Amino acid sequence: MSGDSADCSETIGRIYYYLDGELTEERRLAIQRHLDECPPCVEAYDFEVELRQLIANRCRDRVPESLLERVRQALLEEERRSASGRQDQLPRA
Amino acid sequence: MADRARFSELTMEHMPALYSAALRMTRNPADAEDLVQETFLKAYRSFDSFTEGTNLKAWLYKILTNTFINNYRAAKRRPEKADVEDVEDLYLYRRLGELQGGPVGRSAEEEVFDRFTDDEVKQALESLPEVFRIAVLLADVEGFSYKEIADITDVPIGTVMSRIHRGRKALQKALADFAVARGLVGTTDVTR
Repeated sequence: MSGDSADCSETIGRIYYYLDGELTEERRLAIQRHLDECPPCVEAYDFEVELRQLIANRCRDRVPESLLERVRQALLEEERRSASGRQDQLPRA
Repeated sequence: MADRARFSELTMEHMPALYSAALRMTRNPADAEDLVQETFLKAYRSFDSFTEGTNLKAWLYKILTNTFINNYRAAKRRPEKADVEDVEDLYLYRRLGELQGGPVGRSAEEEVFDRFTDDEVKQALESLPEVFRIAVLLADVEGFSYKEIADITDVPIGTVMSRIHRGRKALQKALADFAVARGLVGTTDVTR
C-alpha cells in the first residue's frame, strides 16, 4: 500500500508548510513518506524544527513587578471610574 | 462594565507572553510597558464583547497588534525598509554546513545554538522589518496558525504565509551573521 512520495525539491520547497502543519493531508503524507526514506532531507527538516524551538525558547522575558502593579492599578481605576460614571454621569476619561 | 476579577483571572497569565511580544515590536522597554498597559485596559473595556470559551489569546494579541500599529509603529514617524533580501531555502543550515566543511550534524548544530545568547536571538528577530517580525513572532514564538495570524493582523492568509516564510529566512541570515561575527563557527582561513 503506497501513495506517491514527494521528491527532495518538493519537500524542501514545502518544508515550512509541513513544519507549520498547513498542508493538505495528501501532501503531508507525500512529504512524510519522502522524509522516511531520505536522510539528507530529514536532517535539514530536523534543523528547521530545532531552530524554531530556539526562537521560541530564547525570546522570553521576565515581566517587571512594576508593570504587573501598573496594570493592576490601571484596571482598578478603570473599574472605579466606570462605577462612579454610572452614578454621577461623568464623561468617560 | 465587565467583572474585573474575572477578567484578571483569565488574562493576567498572558502578560509575560504579551510583554515579550511588545518588546519585540517596540524594541524599547518603556514603550513595551505602555503598550502592554494600554492593551490590558482596552481588553478590559471591551471584555463584554468577548465570548468566553473562544480564542482569548488570539483576541488579546489582536488588541496588542492593533494598538502597536496605530500608536507605536516606527513607520508612522519615518519610512521603514519594508522588504527583506531573498535568500535560499535552508539558508542557515547550508551556511553552517559550508562553514563547518560538511553537513551540520546534530551535535554541531546544538553547539552553535547553545552558544547564541538570548539577546542575540532577540536582536536577530528585532532586526527584521516590522511586518515580517510580527509574522514570525506570532508563528514561531507564540505558535499561532496562519489563519489566526491573518485574523490578528487583518491581512490575507497568502500575505501571512509569504511574510512568515521570508521573515524566517531573513532571521536565519541575521543569525548566520551573528555566528560568523562572533566566531561561533570555524572558517577556512581563521585558526581557532
